[in-house]
Amino acid sequence: MAASSLIPAQPASPLSRARRKLADRLGDPTLRTLTSVASLAALALLALLVYKVLDQSGEAFSRFGLGFVTASEWNPVTKRFGAADLLFGTAVTTFAALLIAAPMSIAIALFLTELAPRRIRRPVATLVELLAAIPSVVLGLWGLIVLAPALVNTVEPALKSALGWIPLFSGTPAAVGLLPAILVLTIMAVPIISAVVRAVFETVPSDLKEGALALGATRWEMVRMVMLPYARNGIVGATILGLGRALGEAIAVALVIGHTLKIEASLFGQGDTLASRIASEYQGATSLLQISSLTYLAAILLVLAVVVNVIARLIVRRTALRVPATAGIVQ
Amino acid sequence: MPHTTAGPSAGGMPILTGDARLRRRRLLNRAMELTASLAALIAVAVLAIVVGSVVIEGASAVSLDFLIHNAAPFGQSGGGIANAIVGTAILVALATAMAVPVGVLIGIHTAEFAAPRTAATVRLALDILNGVPTIVIGIFVFGLLVAGKAQSGWAGAFGLAIIMLPIVARSAHEVLSLVPKALKEGGLALGVSRWRMVLRIVLPTAAGGLITGALLSVARAAGETAPLLFTSSIFANEVSTNPSNALASIPFKIFLLAEETSPSAHAEAWAAALLLIVFVLLANVIARVLYARTSGRIRRAQ
Repeated sequence: MAASSLIPAQPASPLSRARRKLADRLGDPTLRTLTSVASLAALALLALLVYKVLDQSGEAFSRFGLGFVTASEWNPVTKRFGAADLLFGTAVTTFAALLIAAPMSIAIALFLTELAPRRIRRPVATLVELLAAIPSVVLGLWGLIVLAPALVNTVEPALKSALGWIPLFSGTPAAVGLLPAILVLTIMAVPIISAVVRAVFETVPSDLKEGALALGATRWEMVRMVMLPYARNGIVGATILGLGRALGEAIAVALVIGHTLKIEASLFGQGDTLASRIASEYQGATSLLQISSLTYLAAILLVLAVVVNVIARLIVRRTALRVPATAGIVQ
Repeated sequence: MPHTTAGPSAGGMPILTGDARLRRRRLLNRAMELTASLAALIAVAVLAIVVGSVVIEGASAVSLDFLIHNAAPFGQSGGGIANAIVGTAILVALATAMAVPVGVLIGIHTAEFAAPRTAATVRLALDILNGVPTIVIGIFVFGLLVAGKAQSGWAGAFGLAIIMLPIVARSAHEVLSLVPKALKEGGLALGVSRWRMVLRIVLPTAAGGLITGALLSVARAAGETAPLLFTSSIFANEVSTNPSNALASIPFKIFLLAEETSPSAHAEAWAAALLLIVFVLLANVIARVLYARTSGRIRRAQ
């Protein structure tokens, strides 16, 4: 190991020993300062980011105030901008995606901790995590060209004929819209949620689990009565982390959602989200006010993301859970 | 399941109802087990379908010409993505040069030097930074470096570096924390100063893990579009290596092509996506292998 090279082969001469001492005297504070500066730079970067985004949205803020949040208009010609429809679109797509992703991730985590034969655990876990590695623009491309047409031709008509009396499933299926956006976001959230939930499940003490089984519980009863209650906080935290991911996705959503400002109850309709609206107007922004309004959207997104992430981290941390390094890296 | 078929004839009512309940419980258990297995199967299948679509659609469109030529003039089909490949390489290289040294230093700070409270604060800041939507980072860099000036490769690379920093720093912290205490204390006990201990013992032991973090962050940055939209999206249709100008990139190219409606544009988008996904998945797999090897080696040394 590297330690062996630290022991000088021959007794050091007084001169080289003096030099070594000097280097040590300088080396320690130097490395300490250097690394502290790097950490400070990270803190400063975050502060600068928050300041700059809030500052740049100042013009739109002074023009529209907090009414921006409830105004339902986005018109570059009359220069009236509001975020209500976008907030609605963000909320609908995010929550619908989590509604699918959270149970699915819990099921995947259960499979990986309880059911899967030991040999296939690692490979399957890796494959699920690799889902998170697919670039969002590639997922968007796939959603636009493969997923959306498939939904329009098969799934949406079927849903409509079966459940069309519910407003959620009424309306004419369009080539792009909310449903493909929801599914794309689901695909992005699942690997994050399932990785954290799996880590939480692995912390459930095996004597609790075995106790339940010894009392005659089936495996599902053991899961329901021991594992889920034990892991509840971790599951909530994991889901909120997934929420943070789905909330801010711009590119993939921009490709499949259709950019329509409408608040309607149907999943087949088109819509737009905060993030995808910013992404789609990267070139079109002509006036300073429009750029400032886009930044206002970014500011809303930033505040939401910070709040969501802080809450999620606090919850996950309180479960005294050591999330394995890869669970964090993969995001 | 022989148990449930034991039959109700064994006794009177209580056993019969008990048996029926047992059967129901086992059925529910079986159903739930199937559901969980199905969920995992769906996740793996989605990965296979997405990657499969990209490979099938992309393979028929990718060619050497596609890789070494620039985009065809407006209105003509054909052409390639040479400028996007070069652009992405430069953007990611610059971002790596910015993010990796700083990230590793932060990792050393939080794992070796910082007081627990300071370390927790820094790590929370990194987690928050990691959670900031990439499009917001794009807007931030636009306001900081582009507004009032012009787009540039530097600005785009800075945006990518912000995305890479938390990944590098966090994985550095994790892997440096894995280095056995005995190894560190052994060094210190021999009279080695702390900085020498870090440079000569901790870093070499953890080197594989540090490379893992860097590799994963590179894979992530190579696929990012959102930070480049406002910072490096207006560029000439030729190979440029000068980061003072805006540079083309593969993800942005895919984004542009996907929004067009012609089949030939979509074919090019698939080909570019194939290139990107091969790189990203390869980097991820190599990173995982390296990480498993390093952490395994460290654990065995303990």
